[in-house]
Amino acid sequence: MQRCDLAIIGAGPAGMAAAAEAAQQGLSVTLLDEQNRPGGQIYREVDRAAGPRGGILGQEYLHGATLTAGLGASGITHLSGAVVWAIEDGFRVSFVRDGRGEQVEAARVILATGALERPMPLPGWTLPGVMTAGAAQILLKQSGVLPRRAVLAGCGPLLYLIAAQMVRAGTPPLALVETQPAGSPLAAVRHLPGALRGWRYLAKGLKMLAEIKRAGVPRYTGATGLAVAGSTRAEAVTFRSKEQKHRIACDTVLLHHGVVPNTQAARSIGVPHVWSEAQQCFVPETGAWGETAKDGVLIAGDGAGISGAMAAEYAGRIAALKAAEELGRITAPERDRLAAPMFSRRSRETAVRPFLDAAYPSYAGAVRPADSTIVCRCEEVTAGDIRSYAKLGCFGPNQAKAFGRAGMGPCQGRYCGLTVTALLAEANGQTPDETGYYRIRPPIKPVTLGELAAMEDPSATAAE
Amino acid sequence: MKTDSPFLELADDAPRVRVWFDGQPLDLPAGANLAAALLAAGVQVFRHTPVSGAPRAPFCMMGACFECLVETGGRVQQACMLEVEEGMKIARPHEAEANDAAL
Repeated sequence: MQRCDLAIIGAGPAGMAAAAEAAQQGLSVTLLDEQNRPGGQIYREVDRAAGPRGGILGQEYLHGATLTAGLGASGITHLSGAVVWAIEDGFRVSFVRDGRGEQVEAARVILATGALERPMPLPGWTLPGVMTAGAAQILLKQSGVLPRRAVLAGCGPLLYLIAAQMVRAGTPPLALVETQPAGSPLAAVRHLPGALRGWRYLAKGLKMLAEIKRAGVPRYTGATGLAVAGSTRAEAVTFRSKEQKHRIACDTVLLHHGVVPNTQAARSIGVPHVWSEAQQCFVPETGAWGETAKDGVLIAGDGAGISGAMAAEYAGRIAALKAAEELGRITAPERDRLAAPMFSRRSRETAVRPFLDAAYPSYAGAVRPADSTIVCRCEEVTAGDIRSYAKLGCFGPNQAKAFGRAGMGPCQGRYCGLTVTALLAEANGQTPDETGYYRIRPPIKPVTLGELAAMEDPSATAAE
Repeated sequence: MKTDSPFLELADDAPRVRVWFDGQPLDLPAGANLAAALLAAGVQVFRHTPVSGAPRAPFCMMGACFECLVETGGRVQQACMLEVEEGMKIARPHEAEANDAAL
């Protein structure tokens, strides 16, 4: 079995920066990532896409190349295409790569698993043609593929970004349907002093909005009653805005109302999580360095709470310095001296967050979906089903599994967990913390018996 | 075939290789993300759900939602986590036998 000082799960900004910093401090690093090339979702395929599509994707995306370049440092073993399915104490990380099970032992683990789109259950959201806005970005970054007739629905900066990128690529969206209530920018104003420290983000947002407006993309605000119409695929988006009903015919619907930490790996090893009122999601309990209640496990980047790509980079370096100090490669004063500039840069990057969280609250219609709306896509469990379980005495998401299989499909609750918690909490008059979340157990990604059987013999190939 | 697709593919000079989806030949860019290439080629339904038989297609494109499951190489796998390889035979999960019969 391979051994290393530090195993890092995820090669996005946090993971890549952590790997570079740890290697610089003399640690042997194994960086595991599911994708075939580094970058995470935010910098997906940056090394290959920068040339042909750099102009469409923008400068902030191209910054990712500075991080991928750092992975060539000695001391870093980057295992691409490595799907981690279990992390055990000690630590032993089990993963599948090239159809074969493998393991690596590490003294420390940094989880840099990033974010997922916040679940956005609407009527019709399971129809072919409905995707997350993040999916559209991945299609563009990795494959140069764009939807021809798309409506963007939801709220938040990512929606503006993908709209602006589609404009630049020559396929502007048919419409931008925004759900933030008219009053939320006002409510956000009290966070403006903090946001002004992150003025670059505000300036960028205004610039993107101007770009979208110049392209003549119709923009609807304060949308409610959002639904996707269609029988076998998405045909139109329907909603109300300013007291008027609208129906916009389209082929693709791109949904987004924020991202939330991907907590599957952290939960699978028992890191405690708490409800964040500001971000309306569960976040792992972490200290300033990313340390958790599990000795030797650190979390960096959006997986520890949404802070964005630049903050993730600094968080990755901070966590790596902590690991290097714990393993005796640097002293605590050295760690503090090296981390001080990272802490101050991270704080500048996160200053805009409270403003964004308040200005673009999650869409109420998807947080509390109508009874007939499917919430668990895998098992096709509706919001009404979950509410009926509550009436029968179901208090938590784990019980809900027994009532109707919610969260038991292949996605393991990634796209229904927060909704199920919210529905049960509301129905039972409890807080999200009291209601809790699905218990996540390994395998956190599917692994076949053939892949396991091939583990002991390196020359074997996976059986069918 | 491309004109029917709801997706536009920016110019790509990758060589095309022949694959089969649901028994139909498709020429896709070698090494491309399989889910993206199938979408660009006009494939609209990747699978039917085991619960109600409802049609599904890629949703997250990042390996998290499992909506793009297809059957290839004798296994049900996420199309968004695979790359296009020459000669791939791809079927909707558990519909392969029917396709074999049709071929």
